[in-house]
Amino acid sequence: MKRIIQIAALFLAFIAPGVVQAQDRATTLRVVVHANLQILDPVWTTAFITNRHGYLIYDTLYGMNSRFEPQPQMAEGHEVLEDGLLYRIRLREGLRFHDGSPVRAQDAVASLRRWMTRDAMGQRMGSVTSGIEAVDERTFEIRLRERWGLVIETLGKASNPAFIMPERIANTPSSTQVTETIGSGPFIFVRDEWRPGNRVVYRRNPDYVPRAEPADYMSGGKRPLMERIEWLYIPDQNTALAALNAGEIDYYEAPPLDFITSLERNRNVRIVNIDTLGTQGLIRPNHLSPPFNDPRARQALAHLVRQEDYMRVVVGNPRLYQRFCGAFFQCGSANDTAVGSEPYQQPNIERARELLREAGYNGERIVVMQPTDRPQYNAATAVLIQSLRRAGVNVDVQAMDWSTLLSRRANRSPPDQGGYHLFITTHGGPDTAAPVSNTWFNSRCERANPGWACDMELDGMVAEWARESDPAARRPILERIHRRAWETLPYIPFGQYTQPIAVRSNVHGIVAAGLPVYWNIEKR
Amino acid sequence: MWSYAIRRILATIPVLCVVAIIVFLLLRLSPGDPAAIIAGDNATVDDIAMIRAQLGLDRPLLQQFVFWLGQLLSGDFGNSIYLARPVIGLIMERVEPTLALSVTTMAFAMLLAIPMGVLAAWRAGSWVDQTIMALSVLAFSVPVFLIGYGLVIGFSLTLDLLPVQGFVSLSDDPLQFLRHLVLPTIALGLVYSALLARITRATMLETLNEDFIRTARAKGLAEPRVLLLHALKNASVPIVTTIGTGLALLIGGVVVTESVFAIPGIGRLTIEAVLQRDYPVIQGVILVIAAVYVFVNLAIDLAYPLLDPRIRF
Repeated sequence: MKRIIQIAALFLAFIAPGVVQAQDRATTLRVVVHANLQILDPVWTTAFITNRHGYLIYDTLYGMNSRFEPQPQMAEGHEVLEDGLLYRIRLREGLRFHDGSPVRAQDAVASLRRWMTRDAMGQRMGSVTSGIEAVDERTFEIRLRERWGLVIETLGKASNPAFIMPERIANTPSSTQVTETIGSGPFIFVRDEWRPGNRVVYRRNPDYVPRAEPADYMSGGKRPLMERIEWLYIPDQNTALAALNAGEIDYYEAPPLDFITSLERNRNVRIVNIDTLGTQGLIRPNHLSPPFNDPRARQALAHLVRQEDYMRVVVGNPRLYQRFCGAFFQCGSANDTAVGSEPYQQPNIERARELLREAGYNGERIVVMQPTDRPQYNAATAVLIQSLRRAGVNVDVQAMDWSTLLSRRANRSPPDQGGYHLFITTHGGPDTAAPVSNTWFNSRCERANPGWACDMELDGMVAEWARESDPAARRPILERIHRRAWETLPYIPFGQYTQPIAVRSNVHGIVAAGLPVYWNIEKR
Repeated sequence: MWSYAIRRILATIPVLCVVAIIVFLLLRLSPGDPAAIIAGDNATVDDIAMIRAQLGLDRPLLQQFVFWLGQLLSGDFGNSIYLARPVIGLIMERVEPTLALSVTTMAFAMLLAIPMGVLAAWRAGSWVDQTIMALSVLAFSVPVFLIGYGLVIGFSLTLDLLPVQGFVSLSDDPLQFLRHLVLPTIALGLVYSALLARITRATMLETLNEDFIRTARAKGLAEPRVLLLHALKNASVPIVTTIGTGLALLIGGVVVTESVFAIPGIGRLTIEAVLQRDYPVIQGVILVIAAVYVFVNLAIDLAYPLLDPRIRF
């Protein structure tokens, strides 16, 4: 009998969930992230996962609020002097890096200089900046060559922002990865527990001084309430969903969109929309390759797009997408306008055929790159292929993985020598919502993103918009930009949708910041 | 035997050299560019070119190969392109989960399959034999991921007995280590059990028809003794070969199981490296797996004389 009891006790101990772990679980937030964190330097790469890592351990001078107005974050405030040519920024008192050293103006200066050599919007600001210098330990100045109305917006932008690092680290050339991970943000990176491809661990920064204002988008008080954040990389979506349903994880950053409805039925799980702007899908023609070097061929492409067809296969759930969004700078943003999109609200295959003929298209092979390992892009590309074929286009579908597509899309050669005609991608967040920071909108020819949109007249309008600091005066410029963009089409938007997160129902305090942030979150 | 072992070890050198050359060329000639992936979705072509130059990927192929070979000869597998950490360290981090899963899978398969195979051979042609063989065909035919999801739904989500995913190191918590291995072991072990059961049955059937078995039975030996001591021992050479080869295959081939149960092992390291074109990691892993394969085969060969004294080197 005693033996039986011993065996039963052993079995119970084996199958019982770890009681000892219960205490840890209350103070630990276990998150399934969308990608494997491998690169720790948020200046060196534009990868989303590294950007999110950056927000945990670093802080920014300014942060956007939910009305997309930059608010002081590390900065106490600023003065604009000399008719808009000098910005004097003062840091908050009491800020410290994770190694205990105080945050100084010299750190901010070095960080900005490094960031401005890599980030697209930083580079634009750099082109009108004559110098950035520290005035004292807490004050520094940005001196401009010409007026530029977006200095504070640029410092407060949400994607690939200017994270502030200690001066000795920020002095690393931007072509080299930094090896240390010391910031002044609300959480500290625990390097000893980092297992690439599996787990990333952060612990609460006990010395972090949050702002007094309530958290609002990327601005306000960033209160680190969880003792520990664990990022888990679980590439299999079914496993991640099972782990969420079983309560092994608390937070699923990017649940598959076609599972949202079934997740909503689970009382222990909540679906939260943190992305008030959403993601925009886009078809990118190669502007170097005929016929798409002719705007009429790009207009033909736009005439073939029925956004709802794309959204149905990419998203599925109609509550998560808009039937039509004619805004390049995102519907619902401060720069939302549909001016110029009127001819494209319904597809017009006949008009598309006419325009293709006018552009000189005569049945040549059109190379479409289809990334088969990205379900959403794969599905959208299938819709694109079908619509092209309907218009009589001779489509050459080239299936490949995303890695191959990333490298191939940078190839400027003609399509029969390793180049291409079309591919699909997505972008989102506040950066997409402004002409100057929307990188796929950038039409600066060789200096544009792959696909090399080339319209210097459009670029001139964007520069004019950027120089103007009065929002009311910017509006007519914006509308001119938009009308022009729907004529020359740097890319063709195929819809806007939101990617919600899924959390266990005991997770509270989630900040709708456009992307997952972990301050203010607690488990009750 | 020692001279045989040394000869075999020396013979692995050209094998590994050929593997190294083929892997290097296959990777560099296949499409994809790690610089483009590192740079991120919003990177410009100039960003990508700068990273490519920094990583040395813009150098001629021969120069890259000579550099890598030089590193390899000095015992250095190089650094991961993404993590800037030594490849050998990354592999070592992943060895424990994969080795643990491989060993428990093989143990499970042996415990299940060998008695089943013996039983099927002993009762050849009966309903017992047919049932065991039908089950083994089924286990061999159902994909591992399907068995895995089924187990997760049953034992984790419905009964709440075992964890869905993850791995805990033996040194951190032995109990959790075992709990996390149960489902992946069953999922993967069923496939190997099926294979092993069929091999055991086939070799046992052959052995049971031998004259010495007939003699043993004629002498009045008990049936279990005939089966286990006389028949199974003599049938063990092909079974041990299958177990050894299976173990080597498991170490290099548990990608699906590791993905379904989110186990951070060598399989996942390989697949992630392939998807991201992390050349040094892929090259390092393949060389290590090739070496493991060669040495496991050598160990099996060296074990033969222990099982069958008629075999000599």
